[in-house]
Amino acid sequence: MTQPVLCAKDLVMKFGGITATNKVSLNLQQGARHALIGPNGAGKTTLINLLTGVLQPTSGSITLEGEDITQLAPYQRVRRGMVRTFQINQLFDSFTPLETLAMTVSQQHGLGNKWWQVLGAQKGVAERCEQLLEQFHLTSVMDQPTRVLAYGKRRLLEIAIALACEPRVLLLDEPVAGVPAGEREELLQTVAALPADVSVLLIEHDMDLVFSFAKRMTVLVNGTLLTEGDPDTIANDPRVKAVYLGHGDELNDAMGAV
Amino acid sequence: MDTQNLLQRKGRWKLWEIPLWIAALASPLLLASHALIINEIAIVALFALSLDLILGFTGVVSLGHAAFFGMGAYSAALFAKLVMPDPLVGFAVGVATATVLGALCSATILRGTDLTRLMVTMGVGLILMELANKLDWLTGGADGLQGVIMGPLLGRFEFDLYGRTAAWYSMTVLLLVFVLARRFVNSPFGATLRAIRDNRLRAMAIGIPVTSRLALVYTVAAAVAGAAGALMAQTTGFASLDLFEFHRSADVMLILVIGGVGWLYGGITGAIVFKLMQDAISSITPQYWTFWIGLFLVILVLVGRERLIRPWSWLKPGKNGGKS
Repeated sequence: MTQPVLCAKDLVMKFGGITATNKVSLNLQQGARHALIGPNGAGKTTLINLLTGVLQPTSGSITLEGEDITQLAPYQRVRRGMVRTFQINQLFDSFTPLETLAMTVSQQHGLGNKWWQVLGAQKGVAERCEQLLEQFHLTSVMDQPTRVLAYGKRRLLEIAIALACEPRVLLLDEPVAGVPAGEREELLQTVAALPADVSVLLIEHDMDLVFSFAKRMTVLVNGTLLTEGDPDTIANDPRVKAVYLGHGDELNDAMGAV
Repeated sequence: MDTQNLLQRKGRWKLWEIPLWIAALASPLLLASHALIINEIAIVALFALSLDLILGFTGVVSLGHAAFFGMGAYSAALFAKLVMPDPLVGFAVGVATATVLGALCSATILRGTDLTRLMVTMGVGLILMELANKLDWLTGGADGLQGVIMGPLLGRFEFDLYGRTAAWYSMTVLLLVFVLARRFVNSPFGATLRAIRDNRLRAMAIGIPVTSRLALVYTVAAAVAGAAGALMAQTTGFASLDLFEFHRSADVMLILVIGGVGWLYGGITGAIVFKLMQDAISSITPQYWTFWIGLFLVILVLVGRERLIRPWSWLKPGKNGGKS
């Protein structure tokens, strides 16, 4: 096998006497579709925060494309291709979707410190914005202020911003959380259509999405890695059923649907 | 291209802006007897524009902006008194010292929440005022720095008693800074600042180096405030402790509240309204003019700026469109 794109090794995070993450290791191959599941309080969000640099691990290391990024600040990791979305939308309310993407694309193209040119005037920025608007079904609302958009559109913009950063590794934190049924399909399509060369780590409680999307899964329980494997193995693992899925009906239904 | 047009629309000059600026530049000639207050309005507008860069466009509150205003003023005045009387060189010196001070102070706003920042910026302002007070061998202490004689502008235009040259000087600087600030806020750089204002967490998560951006914009705002201060000292030929006073920082924030934050004309509108009101009311009741300004502010905040400007919108049911 080739070298993994993202490699987290023996990550430990202690908050005082509580160990939120206990010796967790995770490898993401190029183009991976990897799901991270676990019951509430299993340490999924802590792990995301460690990977993105919001938290500094007590011990352990994180390598992105061969480079040790454990000590880097969040924005430096973004520049190296590690981008996340948020469980609760984190948008720029006074911007329109078009402005949001133009700003993000400019920053990504290294134009963020240009103060003399007008936003969007630089080569390639407007084109990339158009592609992203199209891809995320945002063209029809591109000129409306973000704060008035419907929740489903806001959720799409949340992911579009992350993709505008041209990620190598994309961390999706519950992308369909709270999206009403009518707007769900649109969102699921865009998640399924993410570029194949981007490695995706998905955190999700929605088992339909997890089992239709993921090729590999990691199960976290109480901050510890319980098991890792392909969806079939995980689905049939009695320990997973016991600690996480409980009765297992939901899982069996999901497996039937695949 | 459609999206490109949409993006660049905001940065374009509107048709009404050009006659407005022509009128502004002609005002010292047309209203020659009011040149002094025109000069003062231009300076205060410049100062308010500077605060808007950090408050309105970046979301950093400051109650110590007078520190940079005073720094620019004192250094321009001292330069004229001790080194040479040329106004433009003195102006450059005033801006430069305020820039250096801003760069140093930018470290104080990078941490903490809005409230701690308010306190820290206020503290810096008070420290500088006390320094200007104690170093009386240099600054003249509580008596102020007197005997500042300015040379002619560009070697030709003498500062006259009616303040006409002064008004043109300040108005020209205001226009130049306005043009620059306009490019600045509509650029990718400016967009990242607004992104930091709207959502700092996400700004970080898309790769914006938040702390260095904040430090930079704070320094730029300090430079502009220093420019306003330098103009003040040069056109009045005087620098006093009053320039550092807390009420200046508070006034300029008030001006922005009146005119509207995050909008380049907000500071200018606010400055015009505030200064004209101050002038008119204090000529009627010299002791109690602050009461009326206060009353106006309360009404403005309660009713909302939009509805105050367009009283007919009160009658429309359902749609009470007050923006702030």
